[in-house]
Amino acid sequence: MFELLGIPPQVLFGQLLLGLINGAFYATLSLGLALIFGLLNIINFAHGALYMMGAFVAWLLLNMLGIGYWPSLFLAPVLVGLFGILLEKTMLSRLYKLDHLYGLLLTFGLALMIEGLFRQMYGVSGLPYPIPDALKGGQNLGFMFLPNYRGWVVVASLLICFATWFLIERTKLGSYLRAATENPALVQAFGINVPRMITLTYGFGVALAGFAGVLAAPIYSVNPLMGSNLIVVVFAVVVIGGMGSIMGAILTGFGLGMVEGLTKVFYPEASNTVIFIIMAIVLVLKPAGLFGRAR
Amino acid sequence: MAEALLKVTDLQAFYGESHILHGMNLEVGQGEVVTLLGRNGAGKTTTLRAIMGMVGQRSGSIAFEGTETIGLPSNKIARLGVALCPEERGIFASLNVEENLLLPPVVKPGGMPLEEIFDLFPNLKTRLKSQGTKLSGGEQQMLAIGRILRTGANLLLLDEPTEGLAPVIVQQIGEVIRKLKEKGLTILLVEQNFHFAATVSDRHYIVEHGRVIDMIPNAEVETQLDKLHTYLGV
Repeated sequence: MFELLGIPPQVLFGQLLLGLINGAFYATLSLGLALIFGLLNIINFAHGALYMMGAFVAWLLLNMLGIGYWPSLFLAPVLVGLFGILLEKTMLSRLYKLDHLYGLLLTFGLALMIEGLFRQMYGVSGLPYPIPDALKGGQNLGFMFLPNYRGWVVVASLLICFATWFLIERTKLGSYLRAATENPALVQAFGINVPRMITLTYGFGVALAGFAGVLAAPIYSVNPLMGSNLIVVVFAVVVIGGMGSIMGAILTGFGLGMVEGLTKVFYPEASNTVIFIIMAIVLVLKPAGLFGRAR
Repeated sequence: MAEALLKVTDLQAFYGESHILHGMNLEVGQGEVVTLLGRNGAGKTTTLRAIMGMVGQRSGSIAFEGTETIGLPSNKIARLGVALCPEERGIFASLNVEENLLLPPVVKPGGMPLEEIFDLFPNLKTRLKSQGTKLSGGEQQMLAIGRILRTGANLLLLDEPTEGLAPVIVQQIGEVIRKLKEKGLTILLVEQNFHFAATVSDRHYIVEHGRVIDMIPNAEVETQLDKLHTYLGV
């Protein structure tokens, strides 16, 4: 068996796969954050809590109504998205004229409340969610073993990220969104209902978090704190990629997941901090982020 | 004067705490080209933005085709057939020329087909895939005017369309405005350059301290030149 820099390939590719899966979650979550920040100017600290809600909605659908993984993959994001629309309509929409800080504080408070509520009801031990039958088992790729479900997570995230990118960069609706990100007052003066577009964008960004939550449910146990563990890293990813850049969020998400995986192989001690080290370096050299435009 | 398409009565407008318009009164007839002249800071741009519904707080009356629009949000006003070409042109950097051109939705039938817009502004046709803000200043101005011609809006608010442009482009824009007038479009123009305004407009309102202080028909510009110079401080 060959070795690479003294590392067995199983270890290397195993960690790369783990990195890719983490990257898939980073990408899907930071994509939603970037969308929301671009149009709403709000740093959505509730994103992690809404991701956790996605996983819990899937768990509840399964255990209360017997609705399985595949319908949940669609239903849970829709329900989380609707909840987001309610939040935007009743609370966030009052903050747009104020400083970023108010949105951050409000969404941070919401995150604590949502997480507290789920913790009160379900504890912190974590609830199991079964892998759907169609995705049980795995493939022996020769150099490593690939569990089917993990492969699916990467594929599904890539698909949803690409679809979102296409929607925003290549369609008419997306051109409204990009234009409104630059100059909402003018876009509205052309006859477009920008407040409604903002509401729907928040709903969509949050639904992406819900989608990631359902994907995560069978891998990590469904746990009220699963979002807050992840969201800090995701914010670092967004800062590195550049706030408000769609492709930047996707590429940085997957890229940093891999970097984290590689760090686990070559210098495990740094694996928890490597993303923050990169963030610090990027902030010094390119404060608007790798793909961001200064504004 | 023809029947008023736009009638602004006692319009007050505020940006935050500052009171900008102090009772504007003006009328624009169907098919007219009317200019707002005045010094910097007189409230000309604010008047256009207030008509478009883009200032924070306003009161008084703005009737467009008999519909009161003072309480409407800007997207509803746009849907009635009012379109703005803003002073800073408002070309979107994240959209290419074609996307910029197609961005404003069609609000009424009778908008100008794309071919005709390209006849007016041939430069645009060759630059469709360029990033909007990569165009020259003159081309950006053409794009900013071109994109509102498509929508079928019948009242165009043009905010200093000639600002900072080379004389030959200013002439070209003058020709375009005359062609639009021939087509029956109504235009309310803000201008610093009254020599240019005199070549396209039917009437000129003089704006000072947020209100109209005089109106000069274009035919009388020559005889009232001294008065105009005093108003504008040139």
